[in-house]
Amino acid sequence: MLGKGVGGGGGSKAPKPSFVSYVRPEEIHTNEKEVAEKEVTLHLLPGEQLLCEASTVLKCIQDDSGQHGICGKLVCTDFKIAFLGEESTLDDNEPQFKNKLIGENDITLHCVDQIYGVFDEKKKPLFGQLKKYPEKLIIHCKDLRVFHFCLRYTKEEEVKRIVSGIIHHTQAPKLLKRLFLFSYATAKQNSTATGPTHQTVMFDTIKDWHWELERTKGNIKYKAVSANEGYKVCEKLPAYFVVPVSLPEEDISCFQGRGIPIWCWSCHNGCALLKMSAFPKEQDESNLQIQKAFLDGIYKTIHNPPYETLKTEDLSNSFISLQEIQTSYSKFKQLFLIDNSSEFWDTDVKWFSLLESSNWLDIIRRCLKKAIEVIECLEVQNTNVLLIEENASDLCCIISSLVQVMMDPYCRTRFGFQSLIQKEWIMGGHCFLDRCNHLRQNDKEEVPVFLLFLDCVWQLVQQYPPAFEFTETYLTVLSDSLYIPIFSTFFFNSPYQKDANVHQRQLSLPLNPNKSSPKRGFFETDHLIKNLLGKRISKLINSSDELHDNFREFYDSWHSKIVDYHGLLLPHIEGPEIKVWAQRCLRWIPEAQILGGSPVAIMNKVLEMMEEVQSLQKKIDEKHNSLMAPPLDGLSLLRKPARLSSLFPFALLQRHSSKPVLPTNSWKTLGDEEDLAKQEDEFVDLGDV
Amino acid sequence: SSSMASAATPKYNSRSLENDSIRRSSRDGFTRDLCEEIPRLPGETRITDKEVIYICPFNGPIKGRVYITNYRLYLRSFETDSGALLDIPLGVIARVEKMGGASSRGENSYGLDITCKDMRNLRFALKQEGHSRRDIFEVLTKYAFPRSHGLPLFAFLNEEKFPENGWMVYNPIEEYRRQGLPNDQWRVSFVNKRFEMCETYPSILVVPYHSTDDDLRKVATFRSRNRIPVLSWIHPENKNVIMRCSQPLVGMGGKRNKDDEKYLDIIREANGQISKLAIFDARPSVNAVANKATGGGYESDDVYHNAEIFFLDIHNIHVMRESLRKLKDIVYPNVEESHWLSSLESTHWLEHVKFVLTGAIQVADKVASGRSSVLVHCSDGWDRTAQLTSLAMLILVYCLITACVNCTVFKLESNTSPCFFQRIGHGEKNHADTDRSPIFLQFMDCVWQMSKQFPTAFEFNEQFLITILDNLYSCRFGTFLFNSEYAREKEKVMMKTLSLWSMINSDKGKYTNPFYTKELNRALYPVASMRHLELWVNYYIRWNTRMRQQQPDPVEQRYMELLALRDEYVKRLEEMKMTNSAKLTSPSASSSAPSQMMPHVQTHF
Repeated sequence: MLGKGVGGGGGSKAPKPSFVSYVRPEEIHTNEKEVAEKEVTLHLLPGEQLLCEASTVLKCIQDDSGQHGICGKLVCTDFKIAFLGEESTLDDNEPQFKNKLIGENDITLHCVDQIYGVFDEKKKPLFGQLKKYPEKLIIHCKDLRVFHFCLRYTKEEEVKRIVSGIIHHTQAPKLLKRLFLFSYATAKQNSTATGPTHQTVMFDTIKDWHWELERTKGNIKYKAVSANEGYKVCEKLPAYFVVPVSLPEEDISCFQGRGIPIWCWSCHNGCALLKMSAFPKEQDESNLQIQKAFLDGIYKTIHNPPYETLKTEDLSNSFISLQEIQTSYSKFKQLFLIDNSSEFWDTDVKWFSLLESSNWLDIIRRCLKKAIEVIECLEVQNTNVLLIEENASDLCCIISSLVQVMMDPYCRTRFGFQSLIQKEWIMGGHCFLDRCNHLRQNDKEEVPVFLLFLDCVWQLVQQYPPAFEFTETYLTVLSDSLYIPIFSTFFFNSPYQKDANVHQRQLSLPLNPNKSSPKRGFFETDHLIKNLLGKRISKLINSSDELHDNFREFYDSWHSKIVDYHGLLLPHIEGPEIKVWAQRCLRWIPEAQILGGSPVAIMNKVLEMMEEVQSLQKKIDEKHNSLMAPPLDGLSLLRKPARLSSLFPFALLQRHSSKPVLPTNSWKTLGDEEDLAKQEDEFVDLGDV
Repeated sequence: SSSMASAATPKYNSRSLENDSIRRSSRDGFTRDLCEEIPRLPGETRITDKEVIYICPFNGPIKGRVYITNYRLYLRSFETDSGALLDIPLGVIARVEKMGGASSRGENSYGLDITCKDMRNLRFALKQEGHSRRDIFEVLTKYAFPRSHGLPLFAFLNEEKFPENGWMVYNPIEEYRRQGLPNDQWRVSFVNKRFEMCETYPSILVVPYHSTDDDLRKVATFRSRNRIPVLSWIHPENKNVIMRCSQPLVGMGGKRNKDDEKYLDIIREANGQISKLAIFDARPSVNAVANKATGGGYESDDVYHNAEIFFLDIHNIHVMRESLRKLKDIVYPNVEESHWLSSLESTHWLEHVKFVLTGAIQVADKVASGRSSVLVHCSDGWDRTAQLTSLAMLILVYCLITACVNCTVFKLESNTSPCFFQRIGHGEKNHADTDRSPIFLQFMDCVWQMSKQFPTAFEFNEQFLITILDNLYSCRFGTFLFNSEYAREKEKVMMKTLSLWSMINSDKGKYTNPFYTKELNRALYPVASMRHLELWVNYYIRWNTRMRQQQPDPVEQRYMELLALRDEYVKRLEEMKMTNSAKLTSPSASSSAPSQMMPHVQTHF
């Protein structure tokens, strides 16, 4: 707060954060009445089962007047944890947009990141069997939400049941076949016999690969092969993939697909981006010799200077490690998992250095930079680039997808982007199950590789919005869907694993699984996710100028020209240009809410104008069709002018009053400016005026 | 200095002056002709021109010719035909230094180093022979710092003509009338008509109705530089006011002044409430206490029983100056790469912005939601105080901007009189003057942060803010030249110079934010969290060619296209209504197929 009086100026302390509920029993009583009046029911999805529940739980909410609680029921199903209580949102404040599957108070079991209990005002992580049950439960979610549930007024047995239930169902190792995905699909089988036909290329047939080869004009030098049909060669590779024309097909089976250059994409000048699983570390000298001879043979097929040259990029050794990504993200996410207001303001002054010490933005920068280096080879040096990684399914996926997003305007359309994910990540065998730790079998394997990719794409989207058909909201929703076990897309380690476990056609993003809700869902209406700025993307990349073999020169030269949104796109990678994905990271934090502002205000404005233009166009068309038709005056398509906040369309944490959020900190230290601070304040010599 | 040698990239060796000197003299005749083409304002005269190598920190050395007029420095490259490489008003120059001596070795190590007030430095390499450096140094020093050489500032020589007269934009009486003043609690006082009470205050003041001019004079003796509490703004509904002043002259002995105490009580009561008067002292409390040693201080609760004092922890001008210097170090010429965020943090620049914004939010919140009036001061009440009251007004009544885009800025500048002269150092060569400080820049940064958080709430765009800042230094207009109304009147600024608003208001479209939405009576509280504060890259790093932003903004461009489309459709509909009614009378008139002529909104909308 403010330094009050003389002594306080140096920084009077805000009260220490406490986890005790500030709600008095009387208040609970009144709240309970309200709950009784308005029955809140639990919505279960097909196949979803209630596992345990507890009543008289308080969900703690922080607002202008401090903390208060909402009384309700906390339940745990085999799909989600849900709190059923009377929400404070007023009727006229019903959100225009809402996630159809996951309500405001729903947490899918896969979305739970860490659970804490508060014992005597101390916060401790909870796991395994508990001897003592906490008075408060704090749930940190992977989509960066934080929930506080006070259990002080809950019956003891219910506390035990719900707490151990939640801990068990979110933290105990799971079997793949127990994923909710399967129960849902079984229950839903009849109702969704045929999904809508989608334009996303799935790359699960050889035809899809032919189509992609044709699209990128890679079909002269590369061929689609079906050597792995039925996964007889390798369980890591997809059934169909693309290799150089000159590669003998029998080579593929030599080392179960290792050491084979697999085609990702062809550039307009014919150069290709390839990837390869490296051989595992081998001790035996003779085996090493065999491998070496094999690789020499392979390289000969793709490296024939001066006609065709190859540059290899070993991502396992010369680039960031998965360990680094893991460590960095675990620091980074903590910056947004904020328990209370004083924690928010305490970290605010140190914000930039905290951000830097997480290293996350630097990792993003390095990924973008690596992609630019690869592009420089393809575009300027006219060489093929071969990315090598142990399984070619982590960093390879990031770099190859980023290169394609930057070079191929098709990948910046919605379907193009989804096809890219399908090609490089799903068929590329990225271990979503392990990397997201969906089964809680090995925490060490949990690395947010895909999230890192989305964050890199977000940087591009925010730097060049008109180059993309989709918006940041699309990316944010996509990042959330990593933890929703309804779509099969992100719940398998490889196409083999998926085919082995799924017998009917599963739902895949971005299909809409639930049409019953009257609310507009994120994927249903295009306004939020479809970029209003993207023009038809058709033009291919212009041929390059005479550039030199130097990253910096390539980078500077590109940035000195006018941006062609439908051509090659290179991100700015200077410090000030790499930013925090604010929409994803800050959307649940009430202190960070800008009421009536943020870029959302501009988006709303553009939407309004578009609707006006469309209605005018309609009027004109109607006049042409029937000249005598009555005029359509009074038909207003304009939505009611809403005051949106920066949290739109995600959180409902709207502060109703217009009272400002007041920062509650004072100066820590000025460092070497301390002397200046003590100087005579603002003496002005008015003598010469 | 010696660091120059390393600045020259070996790659560009062939461009050194020596290699080219013969060719240059042979085509001297052509370049003479070319120099006549440099743009000049009416009243601007050419002084000299010289062949130089401009050592561009981004593209390496560039050979060209520099032209110096009494207003600008202009550089044209020999190598590219495209216009000016540099076109800088001399007022921007803070300091001119010679680098390298007669014994200097190495490429381009002999020349001039020019420090600018707008976050950049310029380096020119010159030939050693023929006194070319001495000549250009002398001309630059003389015309960049005319006041140190007994010459008039360019604003007094400028003969530009604009359709609008910017001096008429702001009329204090008119402005008070819009706020419903005077009323039964507040009156207009002419006690300072001839600036006899306070040289740094305007001639027209609004003060409590129940205080006589005599009372005011007595209060003035107890306020630093006689800057008594005067009204800045009155809330239209709850009648709470924002007052500004300087610190009370309490001193070590804890002096009291009955008149001052009574005066503050009258202010407190004027809103018809019985609550305390909130005094916001912009300084850190330590500094406020320290000021007692030099005769200043603050209003302590035991003397001012009906007042509550809050310290806003905003640091002094020296801290701000140092902070900006550090910021320049990390963005010019190269943007710090490896530890950008911690470097940015160590400049404290955004943290200072945060504290100024936080202070303004508190002032605004007190007036809007509380039941008390507010008094704001720092030490003398012209830097931090001016920032705070102006920003609080922006938060509370940004509709003020709709009335006239530049009113607020003008109000700030004329009404609360920050000392532009001292803080900027117009036309003075004493670059080390400790009175110089980027207070106005910091204020504009705060406004920019607000416009970033509320992109539809401001009628003006970023270009408007940048243009104001550029002309803060240019000395082309009289607007920012003097410290106070007194000085402006003494120098006859309004008669002899042009107002910046004349130029801006003559070309309003250029400075208008197309997304602006008029919404009345709504306070705009920015979120003063580092999570939302951003470095104003388009201002601080605009010279770096690598950081060039997309111009125009693509979203804005698309919106403008939509606006144009809407206008066209509206027009077409009007036309169709006309033809329809015509058709009813003569059915043969229809022949065209208008739908083919119309661009349809594409499906992706």
